Amino acid sequence: MEEGRTGPKPWPGAAEGAPVVETRGLTKRFGAQLAVDGLDLVVPRGSVFGFLGPNGSGKTTTIRMLMGLIEPTSGTARVLGEEMPRGTRRVLPRVGALIEGPALYGFLSGRDNLMRFDAADPTADARTRRARVGHALDRVGLTSAAGKKARAYSLGMKQRLGLAAALLQPRELLVLDEPTNGLDPQGMREIRTLVRSLASEGTTVFLSSHLLDEIEQVCTHVAVMARGRLLTQGTVGELASSTRGRLAVTTPDTAEAVRVLKEHGVNDLAVLDDRVTGELPAGPATELADLNAALVRADVRVRAFGTERASLEDAFVALTGEGFDVAG
Amino acid sequence: MSRAEAADAGATAAPAPAPAPAAARRWGLSLLLSEVTTTFRRWRTLALLGVLAAVPILIGIAVKIETGGDGGDGGHGGGGPAFISQVTNNGLFLVFTSLAATLPFFLPMAIGVIAGDSVAGEAGSGTLRYLLVAPAGRTRLLLAKYATTMAFCFAATLVVAVSALAVGALLFPLGEVTLISGTTIGFGEGLLRALAIAAVVALSLVGVAALGLFVSTLTTSGVAAMATTVGLLITVQILDQFPQLSAIQPYLFPHYWLSFADLLRDPVYWDQVLRNLGLQALYAAVFGSAAWARFTTKDITV
Repeated sequence: MEEGRTGPKPWPGAAEGAPVVETRGLTKRFGAQLAVDGLDLVVPRGSVFGFLGPNGSGKTTTIRMLMGLIEPTSGTARVLGEEMPRGTRRVLPRVGALIEGPALYGFLSGRDNLMRFDAADPTADARTRRARVGHALDRVGLTSAAGKKARAYSLGMKQRLGLAAALLQPRELLVLDEPTNGLDPQGMREIRTLVRSLASEGTTVFLSSHLLDEIEQVCTHVAVMARGRLLTQGTVGELASSTRGRLAVTTPDTAEAVRVLKEHGVNDLAVLDDRVTGELPAGPATELADLNAALVRADVRVRAFGTERASLEDAFVALTGEGFDVAG
Repeated sequence: MSRAEAADAGATAAPAPAPAPAAARRWGLSLLLSEVTTTFRRWRTLALLGVLAAVPILIGIAVKIETGGDGGDGGHGGGGPAFISQVTNNGLFLVFTSLAATLPFFLPMAIGVIAGDSVAGEAGSGTLRYLLVAPAGRTRLLLAKYATTMAFCFAATLVVAVSALAVGALLFPLGEVTLISGTTIGFGEGLLRALAIAAVVALSLVGVAALGLFVSTLTTSGVAAMATTVGLLITVQILDQFPQLSAIQPYLFPHYWLSFADLLRDPVYWDQVLRNLGLQALYAAVFGSAAWARFTTKDITV
């Protein structure tokens, strides 16, 4: 990153894989309330970065600081190598954003809405505007409704039009704040497909959501926020594996199985019908094969044996200790 | 793999800043054009212009009915506006009468609505954040907004003037114009003076426009900004009526508004007209700077 700065490249260290977003101690205070508290976020180039957190955890405030809409109280936010909000003019033409839902001019058609947002970008070429707008509409599947007034759009259509506005130019970074809000399951699938295809073209996608399975399905990296603080960040795999899975044994001899497993240090044992589940002991990994052998030696008839993989949801609950809709 | 992709992304996106010099020529134009067309496509803007166009029609019909339909003797000098008694002799005077009638309230109210809504309305509906991340640039956007409000000032004044001229020509005879100072000029020169008056009237609204724009940067409610601007206008108009406040009156933006009548003298009295334009420039500078200072540092949280 340091050596990249000396080169004549339009943004420092792009090819070296410098982070697309990097914040240091980013803090925003609204009056007495600390909305974002000392955030150190790193979004690697080329990632699909899931930004998770309950409602009111500071996700949107962070995104607004990254987009130069609000000024940090302290700390720095660098986007595409430049500090925000100072670099707004150079950075934002390379960033497409959908922030806190779409906002449209109801009295204009979908197409004219996009024409207006494109006209606001000083780097956008007016000669190619109509073609680029048409392409963006096509990409989100709105071509047939492009002539309709935006006030007649459903929430899902508005969401798509907002996405189209983010896709008016080839972007290096897409910031999508709750992009599947208000979409039906089919629409959600389409958006996920779109995100994947954009990512495969090399666009870094920063996706905020409170829907865990959404993040799990499309993201490579994830950061979790709660009450204005960053709880963790890393790859989706790392986060899920940081939570230990549970051992599950299916057997008709549940009482005996519980006894044997307890002897081998398995905690929190629970029996449901013919299933025994329990938490594997901490410390050096217990060899699962040895446990199985011990069960069989004790004449426990084992029908199924294995660990259940921890989901992102388990990881999240372990981190925040709360449900998703509890505001921080 | 991911490294190669990252390099790819850099390579494909690298030409993006290249067309910047070409785009620089259109720096303000694209946004300004979009701003103007967006404003004038609003139903509300057209309704305001419609109301303004209706005022001369009402005045014209009222004058016509009052004088018994015949433009023979018009010399009844009542307490009405200075030009109204002349309308029956010359339809061109309907232009001056209508501008004098709309300048104190109708015109500045319409400007207050457009200016007050310009930033606050977009902030309230959320479109402001998308314009800013486009990125429109705060200074550039504010300039485009102000220029659009100015365009509306001219459009509104022109609508009143053209409507008045049409109604005047339809209901009353047209001809030579007798100026306030008594000299008579041809109809052609009269028309030119009418045009000059319309321009001065439009420029008289520069101050309210800047005031409205500033108010608009203070709130995220378009309606609140409109109401505040119009409320301020009414308050200032009332303050301008009390003789006890004569010390501050020369600094009130509407104080010299009706001085446009001085353009109908021979020679033209420039004194008050220039003072009016100077005062408007002062308001534009003060409230324009205030709007800029506020808007460029504001947190956009809606």
